[in-house]
Amino acid sequence: MSRYQNMFSRLKEESKIAFIPFVMLGDPDLETSFEIIKQLVDSGADALELGIPFSDPVADGPVIQAAAIRALKHQVNLDDCFELLKKIRETYSDIPVGLLLYSNLIYRKGIQTFYELCEASGVDSVLIADVPLRETEFFDSKALVHGIDPVHILPPEPSDNTLKSVAAQSKGYTYVLGRAGVTGTDVAAKMPKSGVMELLKENNAPPLVMGFGISKPEQVTAAKQHGFDGVISGSAVVKIIEDNLDNRDELLEALGKFVSSMKNAS
Amino acid sequence: MTDLKQIKIDPNVAQSEYGFNGYFGDYGGMFVPEILVPALEQLEKAFYDAIDDESFINDFNRLLKDYAGRPTPLYECKNLTGPREGRIFMKREDLLHGGAHKTNQVLGQVLLAKRMGKTRIIAETGAGQHGVATALACALMDLPCEIYMGAVDCARQQPNVYRMELMGAKVIPVNNGSGTLKDAINEALRDWAATYEQTHYLLGTAAGAHPFPTIVREFHKMIGEEAKQQMKQQTGRLPDYAIACVGGGSNAIGLFADFVEDKEVKLVGVEPAGKGLDSGHHGATLTRGHLGILHGSHTKIMQNDDGQIEESYSVSAGLDYPGIGPQHVYLQEIGRAQYESVTDTEALNAFKLLSKKEGIIPALESAHAVAYAIKLAKASTHDTHILVNLSGRGDKDLEYVRNLEKSSNDEEAK
Repeated sequence: MSRYQNMFSRLKEESKIAFIPFVMLGDPDLETSFEIIKQLVDSGADALELGIPFSDPVADGPVIQAAAIRALKHQVNLDDCFELLKKIRETYSDIPVGLLLYSNLIYRKGIQTFYELCEASGVDSVLIADVPLRETEFFDSKALVHGIDPVHILPPEPSDNTLKSVAAQSKGYTYVLGRAGVTGTDVAAKMPKSGVMELLKENNAPPLVMGFGISKPEQVTAAKQHGFDGVISGSAVVKIIEDNLDNRDELLEALGKFVSSMKNAS
Repeated sequence: MTDLKQIKIDPNVAQSEYGFNGYFGDYGGMFVPEILVPALEQLEKAFYDAIDDESFINDFNRLLKDYAGRPTPLYECKNLTGPREGRIFMKREDLLHGGAHKTNQVLGQVLLAKRMGKTRIIAETGAGQHGVATALACALMDLPCEIYMGAVDCARQQPNVYRMELMGAKVIPVNNGSGTLKDAINEALRDWAATYEQTHYLLGTAAGAHPFPTIVREFHKMIGEEAKQQMKQQTGRLPDYAIACVGGGSNAIGLFADFVEDKEVKLVGVEPAGKGLDSGHHGATLTRGHLGILHGSHTKIMQNDDGQIEESYSVSAGLDYPGIGPQHVYLQEIGRAQYESVTDTEALNAFKLLSKKEGIIPALESAHAVAYAIKLAKASTHDTHILVNLSGRGDKDLEYVRNLEKSSNDEEAK
């Protein structure tokens, strides 16, 4: 069984859903980033969704853009990120680790090489923010060879075709968008229209995880009641980093509090 | 005038459900967040429906003729070269309403947006020329429009900001990233991801995700169609060369499209070499860029070894884009078009020479094509016919060039 499968079956027994925080690798610098990630896990994160800094993140709102810029200012590159990922995997052998990044980083590295590095660094899944289903074959075929789950995004109000393709092609988990737009907390996620959850399950989609616009414990509870298997919260977590850049102790404490409050609501 | 239906037999593009799969060879595609795919597919369908609809074609052609002033003239610049050198013919897109070729495709896309029932237009702009064109078309067709423009560019191009505002557009300065064109595109894409149901994103060049490179080409290809007929009328034959400057690649693809099948016509795109190809300050994406994925397209990009997008540079802001339309990468690969580059200094010299010899002040962008054409003419004989797309007029650049001269005079005085 994969790390995702283990996690989701454990949570099912506990009658809980997964709380998955997102942070940018190397934000604000490599060393602090590792401390941040340890704090997330130690405070109750069930899995990690980790970004790799890119100069032109078109799917991200201002908070996550700023995180990428902070990391890039510290010259964090893809190789640094893989080193950090190895450290995370050495520290936590069981936690599922997903990457969320942009296609040019993978393309420039070499698609094959990139997934080899993922495998060697203990990465479980890769979601490419700017590669939709119609362009994904070249990436996914290489991912699967290296045992990496390609994750796909289900947009709000999907067509039947899109829903079926996402259900069939997403592995590890299904990323269900809480709303249109880019990442950020200014507009809250909404539950999918009636029938969407049922149709996903009918089509054997992997566990359903909601992301975009999730920042409050009530939303975690609501997602659970709606039948989701987990939630991802990105900008809310990254905002805590942005607000506490000059004090690492306070930063870690605030992160810990946020993660526990979200996890407790799961 | 232009017959858009011809694209259905375009040999450069593979067929798919609506006609194309969005690839030129290996280049192009639709690399956008999943959420934007329905918007692009809706646009694709609307475009193919529209070009099959006579009333749409009639509306477009009427606007091109009565509002924008098509056809534009073709003029042989006899003073520019010596009597034994090659002959240079200018396709005068600088005389089009708005002062550049950009008006063509903007009229087409706004008509398309109306046809799709969109009630709001967004666009990006670098130097402001595409923003101005979008603003005028939206004023004409009564659609609200918001133009994303890098904060750095807003400061550099104040007169264009005022032009857009005068025509009712809202200009939104973009502070993210480097505050230039690529960041304005990013911001427009972010807007579109939240608003695509009512908003049309009016992309300004032949780059980006499918179907934009195709739409932009088709709405600009009358440039080459007219020029071909005019060359035949004036010289009795096709030109030996067709030359255009290349930033994102819209005016070049507009000129090239109708000549692609005429193998005897050499197609030359001229990129900005800026301060020199080895200076690190240039915008020669096709000459020096690397394959990658940016703004929806598999294409060549200015990027570093890590895949981070680099700033391009040119004295002419309109050529300053770190990507390139995917069809140009394809034309380069199959050897159908060649891409050369011209430095800031060479472009500035051509800017002055064309003004002085012919009384035509070209846009700094177009001056790159002029510079290359002059070099070529000097190296050829009088029976060489060189067609140049004079894509825009230079009024917008006067202040900038004056300041450049002033600062270089000050340097000399020291």
